[in-house]
Amino acid sequence: MAQALSAGSPPNLPFGVPESAGSLHNQRFDLAADRVSLAAAFAVQRGSLPLEVDLTVEPGRVLVLLGPNGAGKSTVLRVLAGLLRPDAGRVVLGDLALDDAAAGKQVPPYDRPVGMVFQDYLLFPHLSTVDNVAFGLRSRRVPKAQARAAARGWLERVGLAEYQTAKPGSLSGGQAQRVAMARALVGSPQLLLLDEPLAALDARTKLEVRAELRRHLADYAGATVVVSHDPIDAMALADEVAVIEHGRVVQSGAPGEVARRPRTEYVARLIGLTLLAGTGEGTKVRLESGASVTVAEPSQGSVHVAIRPEAVAIYPTEPHGSPRNVWPARVASATPHGSAVRCDLDGPVPLTADLTATAFAELGLAPGSAVWATVKAHEVEVYDR
Amino acid sequence: MTDPNLTQRGVPRPPPPSRWWRTRRRPGGKPPSQRSGARIPLALLLPAVVGIAFLVLPMVGLLIRAPWSELLLRLAEPEVGQALRLSLITATLATLVSMVFGIPIAWVLARSAVRGRSILRALVTVPLVLPPVVGGVALFLVLGRRGIVGAWLYDTFGFSLPFTTAAVVIAETFVAMPFLVISVEGALRAADARFEDAAATLGANGWSTFRRVTLPLVAPGIAAGAVLCWARALGEFGATITFAGNFPGTTQTMPLAVYLALQNDPEAAIVLSLVLLAVSLATLTLLRERWLTRS
Repeated sequence: MAQALSAGSPPNLPFGVPESAGSLHNQRFDLAADRVSLAAAFAVQRGSLPLEVDLTVEPGRVLVLLGPNGAGKSTVLRVLAGLLRPDAGRVVLGDLALDDAAAGKQVPPYDRPVGMVFQDYLLFPHLSTVDNVAFGLRSRRVPKAQARAAARGWLERVGLAEYQTAKPGSLSGGQAQRVAMARALVGSPQLLLLDEPLAALDARTKLEVRAELRRHLADYAGATVVVSHDPIDAMALADEVAVIEHGRVVQSGAPGEVARRPRTEYVARLIGLTLLAGTGEGTKVRLESGASVTVAEPSQGSVHVAIRPEAVAIYPTEPHGSPRNVWPARVASATPHGSAVRCDLDGPVPLTADLTATAFAELGLAPGSAVWATVKAHEVEVYDR
Repeated sequence: MTDPNLTQRGVPRPPPPSRWWRTRRRPGGKPPSQRSGARIPLALLLPAVVGIAFLVLPMVGLLIRAPWSELLLRLAEPEVGQALRLSLITATLATLVSMVFGIPIAWVLARSAVRGRSILRALVTVPLVLPPVVGGVALFLVLGRRGIVGAWLYDTFGFSLPFTTAAVVIAETFVAMPFLVISVEGALRAADARFEDAAATLGANGWSTFRRVTLPLVAPGIAAGAVLCWARALGEFGATITFAGNFPGTTQTMPLAVYLALQNDPEAAIVLSLVLLAVSLATLTLLRERWLTRS
């Protein structure tokens, strides 16, 4: 186990609780945390959904599990936290086996060097914020005064020094999130788990808290697993994304890679891309529907074609000119999307297009309108299936 | 009388979407659940009034017939004080015993995955519906001098439970504990068990989680259960008189004293009843206010 950065912590305290609160300030989390990686490969049955995952997270890295509700993301976190026993497989943190189903071994949650932030934070309503943060240290037999001092240091670090005696009920969503974060990190866990850390926040707070969370995660030396259903949060926080659908990881990789080249319809829709499956025939891709797409890069065999909604242009009449794809289409639905209007188009090639509100109005579009959709060949991403 | 919800043939009309519950609702007014002044249907109002009268009138009667002029004199009688003190002490002890055993029972019923929990719950709550006299008889059969456990107690320690103050506490606990168990179990079920998960991820083992998280979270439920339990213990009659007898000073609690007084000194019975009524009302209002300010 890597001990390199834990030199400053007394060996008799679990997980390297700092000796005094004073030394906490301006310290990076990694002074206390052991840098170990997480390797988890397990299967667990949840209701009718069999969940099977294989994940590794290096220390200092953030893995975001992205997926629709009910895909089993939170179940993964519960297994990692020890709240749920896997039916098969192993969870290993550094050289410590947390779960080993074959050997019938399970480290109980309270003995795991794991910090968890729950979806709605679950701050203990009967305790002040400082006692909430100190809870983990008190559990690990740190004397009360020392635990409180460390908790105060953490509250200061997350900018809530003046809220020490406040009860969680009086905090705003963003403040509660920060307290939950401090509470999870105060014991210097080797693994940090965040369950939808931003889902409970309103849009404005979310931006602010997300930036802050990113900073905290960048400072945190251990491995982090975040669960999110929001692709933007995922892209913002992740070093690596694993997309979970129906209890399985369907795609994983760097966030940019996943966003650019989605492997499933779900991922594509999530990112806002149109994803089409077809067969490459040089600079043409023949789709399963029979229509064909002209692409810039030649390809052969089974491929995916991905089209960004901004790349789709819409005309009231059939346009002519530069080499591009032109398809007849019908507006199926139109919804506001940021400053644009996102239109779902039906036709030989189902597409999603983003129009400015002005363009949308000028074209006089409404659901049912017949239009022509065009996409330039070099705007079409093509990659092997 | 024409009912606007019925067509002429008496077939129910499909309810108009906005006011089928037949209460006046001002546009932009509060949602129906918060609105005051909903019209109460006569079919509900009448029985409600009769029912309230039925519940309140006996208490009024007690107040009317009370010998107010000699009330203080009566209350100063040593038997009254004795019975009252015994009642308060035994009811409080019974409540404490109920909490020591009842809270763990409630936890097992609400949180554990023990097999046959529903059977367990049924067994635990039997004393709720069992006639207290039967409870007293049952206690006698088990703890009496010749009882299953009682005989052993007597042979080993030379100690016999029935007709002692301890027997009063046991009888009251037997009858009152289910009230506490039910109340605490309900509170535990209503409390978010995920707080316990959160505590576990913060290094708290089962007992520590219970002590530091679960117990404070369900404290209002425990308080409510304890009050119910205490009130029930205070009023216990059947099991007490069967198992503990009716000895002034050691086992004669207030309800027993009331019953006895009614035979030969009805006015004394009224005075004693008045005291019990006052104690009950005082507890209720006192704790009500505390609960209200708390939430």
